[in-house]
Amino acid sequence: MAEVVEELRALARDLLTKGAVQVFVGYGEGSVPGRTAPTIITTAGRAGELVWNKHCLNNLAVYLTRNEVTKRGRVGLVVKGCDARAVTGLLQEGQATREKVVIIGMACDGMGEPLLEMCKHCDAHMPAGPGADAHHLACDYIIGKATAPDVAPEDGGACYADVAKIEALPPAERWAFWQEQFGRCVKCYACRQVCPLCYCKRCLAEKNEPQWLMSSAHAAGNFAWHVARAMHLAGRCVGCGACERACPQHIPLSLLSKKMAKAVLQHFKYRAGCDPAATPAVKTFDPSDKNDFFR
Amino acid sequence: METNTQSEQAVWQPKVIAFVCNWCTYAGADLAGTSRLKYDANIRVLRLPCTGRIDPLFIIKAFERGADGVLVSGCHPGDCHYNTGNYHARRRWTLFRELLEFVGIDLQRVQFAWISAAEGAKWAEVVNAMVAHVREIGPFEGYQIMLARSGQAAFQQMVGAKGGNGSGKGVPGALPVGRSGAE
Repeated sequence: MAEVVEELRALARDLLTKGAVQVFVGYGEGSVPGRTAPTIITTAGRAGELVWNKHCLNNLAVYLTRNEVTKRGRVGLVVKGCDARAVTGLLQEGQATREKVVIIGMACDGMGEPLLEMCKHCDAHMPAGPGADAHHLACDYIIGKATAPDVAPEDGGACYADVAKIEALPPAERWAFWQEQFGRCVKCYACRQVCPLCYCKRCLAEKNEPQWLMSSAHAAGNFAWHVARAMHLAGRCVGCGACERACPQHIPLSLLSKKMAKAVLQHFKYRAGCDPAATPAVKTFDPSDKNDFFR
Repeated sequence: METNTQSEQAVWQPKVIAFVCNWCTYAGADLAGTSRLKYDANIRVLRLPCTGRIDPLFIIKAFERGADGVLVSGCHPGDCHYNTGNYHARRRWTLFRELLEFVGIDLQRVQFAWISAAEGAKWAEVVNAMVAHVREIGPFEGYQIMLARSGQAAFQQMVGAKGGNGSGKGVPGALPVGRSGAE
């Protein structure tokens, strides 16, 4: 791990010195042990602040949507294989320009101690490096070598086990379950803030003429918010799980996003962010799409 | 208010909201009217430019304001006035139905149809079938459960102030007050 950190710091130092990037986004020490904090540096002298360990959970792709970062010039961005999908999403949606990002792909054996549940179903331990084909996002640099083996895409459905558990409940119990979950929401919008794909400058949650969502943390407005959020991210969410980790109320938001990802795969054979050459499912249509629910 | 509520409860009528596109289904509904076809008056029709304009949130909003069922209808595939609006909408509805089901809303309360401007009879038939169905499965009580948990006051304030039926006549407004009998 130590060599990897040194390699990362040296690369950041080099890129900033050469002027290849004007700002570098990586991980630094967190305020408590066992945590890291997103760290944004603009001078080579601060490269020593960068770290790489088991706790680099945050999806830093979100900073590509922040003007405070991008206005400085070209961005050096540290990504894991899973985060690279969010970058792909942003590139596909015209929210980032490839030439303006230098992507540093980190080999990753899974994050968290104990290992995060989502990492057990990971099929992107190694981001694709320079020279990758058009169906993979080619990072400019790759650091490290992953030892954990990739599972099959979607883990043969095993990653949806928790979704299936909810699906199996009768409708009234599903409703009660989500009422319980959404009832805790305090409308802090942390889920929105950490999400790389939730980049609208003016979010519908803030619109008040007409007001679509109750601004107070009331069950009715909470329900509408979470349904709207899941719909807006359907077919776009790359499943990084940042929303769920950011939620101070521990609402299982990834259940919703996984459910939508599952539906998108089932109906449109599409996985968000996996293939830069593919057309996003919700951006297109097929005349032969499912039609059996129409009278 | 209390008497109103009780009498309303005694003769509960399903409230079904229809979101229809301007070019096909609205014209179809119009044809049903000019053809003097009789269909259930429990439907409230809202006209939009295209099915592609119907935000899934409209449907959530309808339930929030007391709808028992929602009907969405537009031009047949291939007939969209804007060429592809209904195709895009269809993709969204496919996903939205999955989501609604997942959060526990009975999919029988949200139905979809393609009704052209020439299908006045189909419109009457679909509306009658939908209303009969909702009548059978009863009022949508999901929000009652929700409000029982977090109180009605804030909700009433929000819906009552901006929305409601605007008549100001003290008719139970947007929310079916007291259907649960709790207040």
